[in-house]
Amino acid sequence: MKKLALSDEILLTIDKPARYIGNEINVVTKDLDKIDIRFCMCFPDVYEIGMSYLGIQILYDMFNRREDTYCERVYSPWVDLDRILRDKQIPLFALESQEPVKCFDFLGITLQYEMSYTNILQILELSQIPIYAKDRTEEDPVVLGGGPCAYNPEPIADFFDFFYIGEGETVYDRVLEAYKENKKQGGSRRDYLEKIARIEGIYVPSFYEVEYKEDNTIRAFHKKNGHAKEKIRKQVEMNLSDTFYPKKPLVPYIKVTQDRVVLEIQRGCIRGCRFCQAGMIYRPIRERDVAFLKDYACQMLKATGHEEISLSSLSSSDYSALQELVYYLIEEFSSKGVNISLPSLRIDAFALDVMSKVQDIRKSSLTFAPEAGSQRLRDVINKGLTEKNILEGAMNAFRSGWNRVKLYFMLGLPTETEEDVEEIAVLSDKIAREYYTIPKEQRNGKVSIVASTSYFVPKPFTPFQWARMDTPEEYINKQRLLRGKINGQLNRKSIKYNWHEAEVSILEGVFARGDRRISKVIYDAYKAGCLYDAWSEFFQYEIWLKAFEENQLDIAFYTSREREREEILPWDFLDVGVTKDFLWREYKRGMEEKVTPNCRRACADCGAKIFHGGVCYDKKEQEVIR
Amino acid sequence: MKIRIKFTKSGPLKFIGHLDVMRYFQKAFRRAEVDVEYSQGFSPHQLMSFAAPLGVGLTSDGEYLDVSMHTCDAPEIMIKKINEAMNEYIQVVGFMVLPDSSKNAMSIVAAADYLVSVKDGYETMDKAVFKWKFTDFSNKDSIIITKKSKKSEKDVDIKPMIYYTAFEQDKFREGIGTADGKDRVLHLAADCYTNGIKVFMQLATGSVNNLKPELVMEAFCQYAGEVFKESAYQVHRMEVYADLGAGTNRKLIPLDKVECLTG
Repeated sequence: MKKLALSDEILLTIDKPARYIGNEINVVTKDLDKIDIRFCMCFPDVYEIGMSYLGIQILYDMFNRREDTYCERVYSPWVDLDRILRDKQIPLFALESQEPVKCFDFLGITLQYEMSYTNILQILELSQIPIYAKDRTEEDPVVLGGGPCAYNPEPIADFFDFFYIGEGETVYDRVLEAYKENKKQGGSRRDYLEKIARIEGIYVPSFYEVEYKEDNTIRAFHKKNGHAKEKIRKQVEMNLSDTFYPKKPLVPYIKVTQDRVVLEIQRGCIRGCRFCQAGMIYRPIRERDVAFLKDYACQMLKATGHEEISLSSLSSSDYSALQELVYYLIEEFSSKGVNISLPSLRIDAFALDVMSKVQDIRKSSLTFAPEAGSQRLRDVINKGLTEKNILEGAMNAFRSGWNRVKLYFMLGLPTETEEDVEEIAVLSDKIAREYYTIPKEQRNGKVSIVASTSYFVPKPFTPFQWARMDTPEEYINKQRLLRGKINGQLNRKSIKYNWHEAEVSILEGVFARGDRRISKVIYDAYKAGCLYDAWSEFFQYEIWLKAFEENQLDIAFYTSREREREEILPWDFLDVGVTKDFLWREYKRGMEEKVTPNCRRACADCGAKIFHGGVCYDKKEQEVIR
Repeated sequence: MKIRIKFTKSGPLKFIGHLDVMRYFQKAFRRAEVDVEYSQGFSPHQLMSFAAPLGVGLTSDGEYLDVSMHTCDAPEIMIKKINEAMNEYIQVVGFMVLPDSSKNAMSIVAAADYLVSVKDGYETMDKAVFKWKFTDFSNKDSIIITKKSKKSEKDVDIKPMIYYTAFEQDKFREGIGTADGKDRVLHLAADCYTNGIKVFMQLATGSVNNLKPELVMEAFCQYAGEVFKESAYQVHRMEVYADLGAGTNRKLIPLDKVECLTG
């Protein structure tokens, strides 16, 4: 047996020691003497969250298919172990070999949400790797980042040696080959970074420099190393039916957030909601072949023993062979006690039929995400869902026995008025009224409606990347207004209202559209004790405010300021296919309350065509609208 | 049909809690495509129960779980099939089909064997000193400890719940009557420590009387004038028994032998 990095005594005093012992089912073990490259993959949050993420499972499998590479994992130690590692000077270790992360060649960190940024610093510090990239030596691992937040890497640019922009399936082999080659040639860390800076999709932040204007906006962003590219183009895997996907995902011992097989049926989205970053950066939509998915579903269920399989995508209803796939899964697996879960499904006759087959109607609920209360505002954000869709979908479900509805809305969307906010309450009430039009003897008890609001956070590479974000005061006022309005509805007793805290969203807003100067704020806040900011019990807003103040940076500059068309945005050097012209056009159309049809109905000439595939080439007869 | 499975738990998996061991088996059975019976309804679950949940940090050679199956192959085939779907740290070592009338394992547990070892680095006395001190301790007429519950504290004599102790495995097996005359020492899944300080004990276990080996060590420390430190000891369970005797005459039978004797 491999010795564990932590003593029994430590493991028996901390919460959930199974987070740190590795040895999960389907774990990869390799002979370290036969390995050229040691890669440590990190999700900077607690084990149960990190283990639930499909992306790492894909990359873990992909890297470990290489004979010369051993990919291991590390997650954020929980606060109890964090303290012990600091007190006892124990270096953070990877789960597989239980060896210190600092002995690895690479530390790859996935950037899934902005509020995990302080946890990145924790990982680095506990690993005893210098937090700032500039302080690292030849002995330290190369630290890289990737994932959705890499689409604006600037706020954390100082902590990374390089970023991988886009989908991992494409150029990692070249990145690793270059490492081996550089080692063989006796090249330095810098030599290596210069080598990979030439690979499409690789961004080495230290090879670029930013100049700011008096008003704090960016004057210029230019490269200062001849090997660096002017523009970094995101990586896209165009053939999703013939690429890496894990047949034997890891099975953790403890219950994790996604304790199930995750089957990614497609990437990208045709809908074009104007607030949605995923809907823009993963363009064009690409489907996996249904035969591929059936085969993988069988193999993954067999290899894991999971009791549930979940179909993953941004909008499952848009997958063209959804019915075939879902009925196949029900047929094959329902009798074997496998539960089938279908998130992000449009409520229609098919959805209700499937749900009635795989769920207990009395216990499950319907979910709608209208995002905005009024049709006017839904047109602004290009959310195609109409009130008629919602009421009809709900009514059909009610007639089949459902009586619980969950509704998701955002507050603070561009152009939002008091009436728009109030419409959230009115719509919630209308759904309840619909329910009570059913004769009492045919109803299934009382209706229960849960309306939740989150705060809109403008994200890079969306049509709203120029938009102003509300201040915390404006948010709180809107939330109060809505609460009052809900309490004034006829069916107020059937409606439960949940809201998010405003402060976290403000910070998320800064990180989402921040520039390089934010790195120092993150560093200072971390040093002052901020960690696990995504967890409300640990979020310390005052420390953050102080860190901004001490660095003389104004939160409002990043959040509640509408940008000009001409302004150089911190992420402008990235080329995601979708063009700035398109995004601006969409922003203007939004302001004019004009809806843009989805990619299957018409092409809006967004720019994703340069990837030569996906929906852009499915149907040639699409009209192009501008 | 009712199946009783005997399994080991060792290595890093000693840090997995009892409910997670249950999940581990549920998934392992599915990977091995074992024909397990499920409960009815929208969230069906496997019909499974454990004899005596093992605490986090403990290892074992003698864990039991009962599970219902529709069909199964011969025990050797089933053991092989299930073990291939698991890792080395939890392994099935016994598989028996029980008569339908048999009671579930949990309800008949009466005693268990343990090996308690002092972990390296935690020795407070050498092996010889430990032996004579522990012998003196276990020869006392009564061993009174204070059991604390949420509401009250009460003094309990644990001596009657200590059925047997010994320092060597062969002596222990002889003393409790399980020596089979062939293998003098059985291989255990327990971790070994170089200091060699260890003690085997058979203790009352189950719903009527229950004595944890940790509590015996705590009482011993009190007796020896040492500070008790729970993390100093590695507890390894070796076997779990039912009591088929009458009245005060114990007749302890391992849970996997119960039906062979009565059936």
